[in-house]
Amino acid sequence: MSATPGGSVRSVGRGGSPLGGAVGFTGVLDETEATPDVAAPAAATECFRDLGLEPVVQRLTVGREEYDLLPLFARIPPCASAVAYRQEICRDLERVEVRRAVDAFAQGMRAVREQLLRSQKLRNLRQAASWHLEAAGAYAATVTALAADLERADPRSRGLRALVDYLRNHLAGTGFREFARETSSLRHDLNEVTYSLFVRGSRITVAPFRRATEVRTYAAQLFDRFRSGDVTDPPVHYRERDPEMNHIEAQILEIVVRFQPELFARLSRYPHERPEFRDPVLVRFDREVEFYLAYLDLLVSLRAAGLEFCYPEVQDSPPEIYAEHTFDVALADRQVRERGTVVVNDFRLTGPERLFVVTGPNRGGKTTFARAFGQVHALGRLGLPVPGARTQIPWCDAIYTHFGREEHPEDLRGRLHDELDRFHEILARATERSLLVVNEGFASTTVSDGLLLGRRILDRALAKGTRGVYVTFLDELSTIGPSVVSMVATVSPADPTVRTYRVVRQPAEGRAYAVALAEKYGISYERLRPSRSG
Amino acid sequence: MRVQLLYPEGAPVTPSMLVPFPETLGADLDLETLLGVMARDDAAIHDVASETLRRGCTDPDIILYRQRVLRDALANGTAIRELYSLASAAIRAEHREWVPLSRSPQLSVSRSIRVLDGFLGTLGTLRSLAERYASEFRSEGFQHLFAMTRDQLEEPYLQRLRGLLAQLRFPRGVWMSASLGPGLRGSGHSLREPPLPRKGWTSRLLGRRRSPDTIVVAERDESGHRFLSELIDRGIDPVAQVLAQSVDHVSDFLTSLQRELGFLLGAIHLSEELARRRAPTCFPVPGPLGPLHRSIRGLYDPSLALQLERPAVPNSLEASESRLFLITGANQGGKTTFLRSVGLAQLLMQAGLFVPAERFAANLVPSLFSHFPRAEDPSLRRGKLEEELLRLGAIARALRPGSLVLLNESLASTNEREGSEIARQITRAWLEVGAEVFFVTFLYDFAEGVAREGRADARFLRAERLPNGARTFRVVEGRPLSTAFGDDVYREVFEVKAPVHLHPCSGRDSEGAEDRSGTDSRGTSPD
Repeated sequence: MSATPGGSVRSVGRGGSPLGGAVGFTGVLDETEATPDVAAPAAATECFRDLGLEPVVQRLTVGREEYDLLPLFARIPPCASAVAYRQEICRDLERVEVRRAVDAFAQGMRAVREQLLRSQKLRNLRQAASWHLEAAGAYAATVTALAADLERADPRSRGLRALVDYLRNHLAGTGFREFARETSSLRHDLNEVTYSLFVRGSRITVAPFRRATEVRTYAAQLFDRFRSGDVTDPPVHYRERDPEMNHIEAQILEIVVRFQPELFARLSRYPHERPEFRDPVLVRFDREVEFYLAYLDLLVSLRAAGLEFCYPEVQDSPPEIYAEHTFDVALADRQVRERGTVVVNDFRLTGPERLFVVTGPNRGGKTTFARAFGQVHALGRLGLPVPGARTQIPWCDAIYTHFGREEHPEDLRGRLHDELDRFHEILARATERSLLVVNEGFASTTVSDGLLLGRRILDRALAKGTRGVYVTFLDELSTIGPSVVSMVATVSPADPTVRTYRVVRQPAEGRAYAVALAEKYGISYERLRPSRSG
Repeated sequence: MRVQLLYPEGAPVTPSMLVPFPETLGADLDLETLLGVMARDDAAIHDVASETLRRGCTDPDIILYRQRVLRDALANGTAIRELYSLASAAIRAEHREWVPLSRSPQLSVSRSIRVLDGFLGTLGTLRSLAERYASEFRSEGFQHLFAMTRDQLEEPYLQRLRGLLAQLRFPRGVWMSASLGPGLRGSGHSLREPPLPRKGWTSRLLGRRRSPDTIVVAERDESGHRFLSELIDRGIDPVAQVLAQSVDHVSDFLTSLQRELGFLLGAIHLSEELARRRAPTCFPVPGPLGPLHRSIRGLYDPSLALQLERPAVPNSLEASESRLFLITGANQGGKTTFLRSVGLAQLLMQAGLFVPAERFAANLVPSLFSHFPRAEDPSLRRGKLEEELLRLGAIARALRPGSLVLLNESLASTNEREGSEIARQITRAWLEVGAEVFFVTFLYDFAEGVAREGRADARFLRAERLPNGARTFRVVEGRPLSTAFGDDVYREVFEVKAPVHLHPCSGRDSEGAEDRSGTDSRGTSPD
């Protein structure tokens, strides 16, 4: 069962328009009002698992654990317009200039977090203050750069345009300006601190800076005539050190502090005056935008392999739904990595048509087709590009999946009972805006029972107007009425034992495939019939 | 400072590769005999000679520049030997100095000081040798070297270098500056000139008196002492790097001095050995890339001469705008030797050396290829024809307009008809690319076909065979013949006692007649 969002918020204005002059940036996931994370209901997780999307989500969150992206996949936009709001942002993020600006911001914010963490871990209070200051400096630079880069990138989406306005106002505000000025002046003054060291035996003497020629410069000049013109010396590399000072360094620092006590007093006060300098709206943006970036990154290799993705036309009640060249994104991701091939399929439901009934040989691509069908809707309603070329889908209030799990040979009667329970629950809640993805219904009963039960389930779903896909062995279910469209997983015409994994709109084929397979194994009338002489 | 004995000022330092497949060409032309004589067991000379031959010049001006330098060297053998051993000894001494495995600035500085101490001695000696010999040399290359040595290695300068090295032994402690890096840790440490020793502030800093600004690391404070050492490392690290680079730069200078002198010394060795065998040499006249021209008299294979301990049979060739040289004729008649002498002379000329001939003028080539018969692939992974085609394919991919290709009995590993067909196609293609092809072949079908085509840019040469069957080992003008006179060889082996002579009625009579007409370049084709 799916996540049915709280959904009380209605879209008021198209632009998430400003209230009382305040800049109306509600975040990149929410069109009208920033919403908190919802605990993903078990049903939503099940939907993702049944549709095979779990490994995909898992893979795209790798390396992004700090953003806690999983709950964001459970935040379903409450209407078609909210989906469009997201699609605009995602399209923007596919543009190089926008992407570069956001990537730089993300990297900057990550550095800020690392520096703050380091500051918290240090025992030496002067060092801790210094890293806090570094983090603040990095933050100021990161936010300033985002404002400039994003404005230059000229985003088209309402969401990112609102962010540009928000940033402009934020940076112009006295709060940020004062913070940036103070931070940069303190950093500058500390960078200027220079001193002399004299080491002899086990004594180190610290003294104010004394001007004298650098030996490195003198030596380089002296040997310069031996350099051939085109030689460039390698840059100097220093080793990365443990961030914590040792006791001798701390003593050296305390002597340096005595040279400029006022400056170091300013540093000590800094973390107390500015314990948290990050703007919550930007912190939220930093996390939420990763939802798109993670998904877009996953598409790179798939697109490189020639697979298409598109932004579906999402309508509240579309006259027809369709997708061209669509595929199972999880399977494709695996195939591309293992250099396999990916088969694409089309689907279309027009007029009164509501349900696909998919038949065909075992392992012929029926389940993959059902998954692809479900994925287009599940990903599409999140505002993400979906597998396929041209797509139109309804905004779904829920996606109900039911995938029979034959691998558990339990008590048959118990299983049948469970299945019917599940169907009852689904059909009680489903609306004409819901989506049904069912695989192998009633595999645990007799053919005639399965036929009867399947027929009843389909009739009930059709009565509600629910759209969906129903995968079955039972060819007869594909002909029960004009609302049902028969789709068949096909085999190669040349060799019926070879699956094409193409699922096409055509009447169920009866036993053709089985006959061919039998033929191959020598099981046919011609082969088995008694010889004339016998 | 740059040694410019092989390249004039401003010439590109990395010229194009003349020999794309150096190992193949080296083996085919028996380059090793030549290199061995040049090197006289000095690996450095062997190395530079091999490298320089492989990277010959394609600019006639550079070749003439080297020829002038080489003339100087041949006239001043003693000075060259002395300069060469000075540079070699310095490089050997550097290689003996152990390089620290860990990147420790303190160890690195002390190694650099030791090496530079040695180099300073070498540079001083180099200057005095330059002063002694400067007047004996005329070429721009040597005059530049000696003038540079005089002007750039003057005594006050060497004195300043010695002063720096003394200072870097830190007799009075280590002075450095530092600033505050991230997390307030010291950074940007840099060694500074110490203040002059005097009373007052300095002596206080030198720690004679207790000062609140002095930290004393306790004797048992191990981590404190480790840090102290690290602090010094950080302070001298920039200097250590500058110094290590300086060692490299001085070493590079001395190495190129050693290499370029080594090449000249190798040439002196070669000249001495050929002279001892009364084999003539001359400085060739290099023609620019492009127009094809060969005017050659008395060309011989120097490797053969060096092995035989006597002059080898010389050949002559006059050709203008000829692109294809088809060499046919008697077995064991000197065709391969001729092919080798053409290739070796080209290599020697383009390296700026003298050539094994009485007179030699030829166009330069951008690259040189050879394709000689090869022993069967011992692993039997490929058939012989397959292996041949593989090598021909590699040549085809690297071929450029003007490239010189020496083909020796190529495509003999299949039957004549197929071999001829492949040879025809390859040759036609390569001539169209603009290559210059010397092709020694027994493929009569192919050779005769080319002859019948009547190409203006094709020349036909034949290993000379006297009517009595004797070989002169000379290659002369002559159209292809349908026999290679293998029978002569057969008879030589199987009928040693019966001298070869012509019989009026024997089939070989007519062949003999053919041979004579061929020698006269009249070019009647045999049946």
